[in-house]
Amino acid sequence: MTKFKTYALGMLTAAAAQPALATDLEVTHWWTSGAEAAAIGVIADGFQKSGNTWVDGAIAGAGGVARPLITSRITGGDPMGATQFTHGQAMRELIEAGFMRDVTEVAEAQGWKDQIFPQSLLDSCTFEGKLYCVPSNIHSQQWLWLNNAVFTENGLTVPQNWDEFVAAAPTLREKGIIPLAQGQQPWQKQLMFSVLMVSIGGPELFEKVYGELDADYAAGADVAKVFTAAAEARDLMTGSNVQAWNEAARLVIDGRAAGQIMGDWIQGEFTQSGMKAGEDFSCLPGLGVHEYITAAGDAFYFPKVDDPEIIAAQDILAGVIVSPETQVDFTMAKGALPVRRDVELRDPTPCIEKGMEILKAGHIVESINTMVSPDTVGRVTDLMVEFFADPGFTPEAAQAEFAEIIATAD
Amino acid sequence: MSQSGKPTGLFKNLSAKIAAIPMVLTALVVFVGCSVWTIVYSFTNSRLLPSTKWVGLDQYERLWGTRRWLISIENLAIYGILMLILALVLGFLLAALIDQKIRFEDGFRTIFLYPYALSFIVTGLVWQWLLNPEFGIQNAVRSLGFESFTFDPLYNTNTVLYGVLIAGLWHTSGLVMCLMLAGLRGIDEDVWKATKIDGIPAWKTYLLVVIPMMRPVFITTLVLITSAIIKLYDLVIAQTGGGPGLASEVPAKFVFDMMFVSQNLAQGFAASSMMLVAVIVVIIPWAYLEFGGKKHG
Repeated sequence: MTKFKTYALGMLTAAAAQPALATDLEVTHWWTSGAEAAAIGVIADGFQKSGNTWVDGAIAGAGGVARPLITSRITGGDPMGATQFTHGQAMRELIEAGFMRDVTEVAEAQGWKDQIFPQSLLDSCTFEGKLYCVPSNIHSQQWLWLNNAVFTENGLTVPQNWDEFVAAAPTLREKGIIPLAQGQQPWQKQLMFSVLMVSIGGPELFEKVYGELDADYAAGADVAKVFTAAAEARDLMTGSNVQAWNEAARLVIDGRAAGQIMGDWIQGEFTQSGMKAGEDFSCLPGLGVHEYITAAGDAFYFPKVDDPEIIAAQDILAGVIVSPETQVDFTMAKGALPVRRDVELRDPTPCIEKGMEILKAGHIVESINTMVSPDTVGRVTDLMVEFFADPGFTPEAAQAEFAEIIATAD
Repeated sequence: MSQSGKPTGLFKNLSAKIAAIPMVLTALVVFVGCSVWTIVYSFTNSRLLPSTKWVGLDQYERLWGTRRWLISIENLAIYGILMLILALVLGFLLAALIDQKIRFEDGFRTIFLYPYALSFIVTGLVWQWLLNPEFGIQNAVRSLGFESFTFDPLYNTNTVLYGVLIAGLWHTSGLVMCLMLAGLRGIDEDVWKATKIDGIPAWKTYLLVVIPMMRPVFITTLVLITSAIIKLYDLVIAQTGGGPGLASEVPAKFVFDMMFVSQNLAQGFAASSMMLVAVIVVIIPWAYLEFGGKKHG
């Protein structure tokens, strides 16, 4: 009996010590791979420290599977507490229809405007002056990854930019090495083309095409250069028959391919197989031409709910995501860049340092996902899938079709 | 039906009618209701959420101007025709062979039917590996000493569809065989005796006597195969993901991608409405011949 009393007393004091009663907050996301799961665990731990309970709603499969599930739960009247979602226009309709809650108050109370960098991260979360999402990390796409040994062993110097890379390609071909590795999944083709647009064409070109949707410009000479580069890349990729991006990375790591254009998330693949950035592999931001990167990534959204306890928990989670402690551990685990300037990363690799420098210099472009609708992205993707698969598809014909898509894009 | 004139006609077989109500309601609400809803919304500009802004035939104009859709239709037509013919021929041949009173019939039947017990996803993955040049059939033959042997249908734009077809046939033929075998067993032994006495060769008996007698079995099989063809999706996803390029895209995948990846519901609705129209165009003449024709003589 006495034992029970002390136990009950202990419970009481423990409860009294906590600022609020524990609330269950279900958070859905599609981060299920090793590094991703470790990263979401950081946020979960940070949130649990507030005394609330994190209910993990991991959805297996990529965004294509998870997005319809998440939207149908929100529109169907069974909203989760919070959800990871693509940063950009994908969520816009749900915001317009009033399904989502804005976290402007939290942002103002914690002064996010001064801390979160670059500003565009918040801008693409903002709708009619209110903030509807919390950016969690930055992923940049514009990188060319090279296996140094492949070049040095074949008597070549490691290229410093795209042109040198293209020039080295014939020698590599003779040795039976695929110059450029790439997976066959549609999103990778779209990524490739967007990267070429920013890196070869430059940030202004990218902005003019997708930002201003200038169809005449998209049909013009500047964009033609991008298509020529894309046709070049298509030749360099012949023989790369793998499906997933990490299988393509495997080709580069094994030395069967020389390089790959991919986002910064690929770095984990290299380091996990014992390669060191700068020594065993190189990374060229902006393909060594225009050193600009997309500062877009992932974000968390909060569906509108009535329960004040859940609302309070949502506010706490929003604060946890952008807090400096979470940012350091989270981005380290995920291999991404943090969304704030004032955090110090522990032992960043030369590649991450380069990325941080570019970010700090403000050499940032918006992501295609925040500039145009998923529908337009889908149409560009279809075009690129066809273009990269068919050597008979001329760059001129592809450009004409691309300009048509831009003319009717939204 | 002889219910006309009788006041109790409505209540005839009452329990049977009550039992049928749930299915009738399901058919009306789920099939007819949702189809109508889909068709109506295919005339709007719905994106992520259904909207009621009317845009007339715009979605259909865009659909028929999209090359990916045209490729999908063409692919389905090629796959469908070949699948229909080959599955029937293969299934019937297997059944006829097994019907020769062979030994271990049960064993063969199980082996041939087994693929049908696997899902299309598993079938697709298995055949993706088998047809992969680096660790599939090509590699196996090369390791036997035929160094120049090439067999990689899934990596060639012109042959990828046949790679999918092989997997589809492997999956379906067993079921067709079982149905055909049941049909063959249903043929009266006396028919065979009679043709033997008349000295008609076995292949002629099959072609001119047995097959016409098996008409109901053929129709059942036809419906099963056709519905599997129209909804072809998972096999492609597992085997090729629609590639290389757009070479193995199919309409069902177009609909899914439009609705859930591009977040363009109306465009997906327009595509699925077109699929429905195609099915109706095939089914109505057939149903008329099958049911309407008989009644009038």
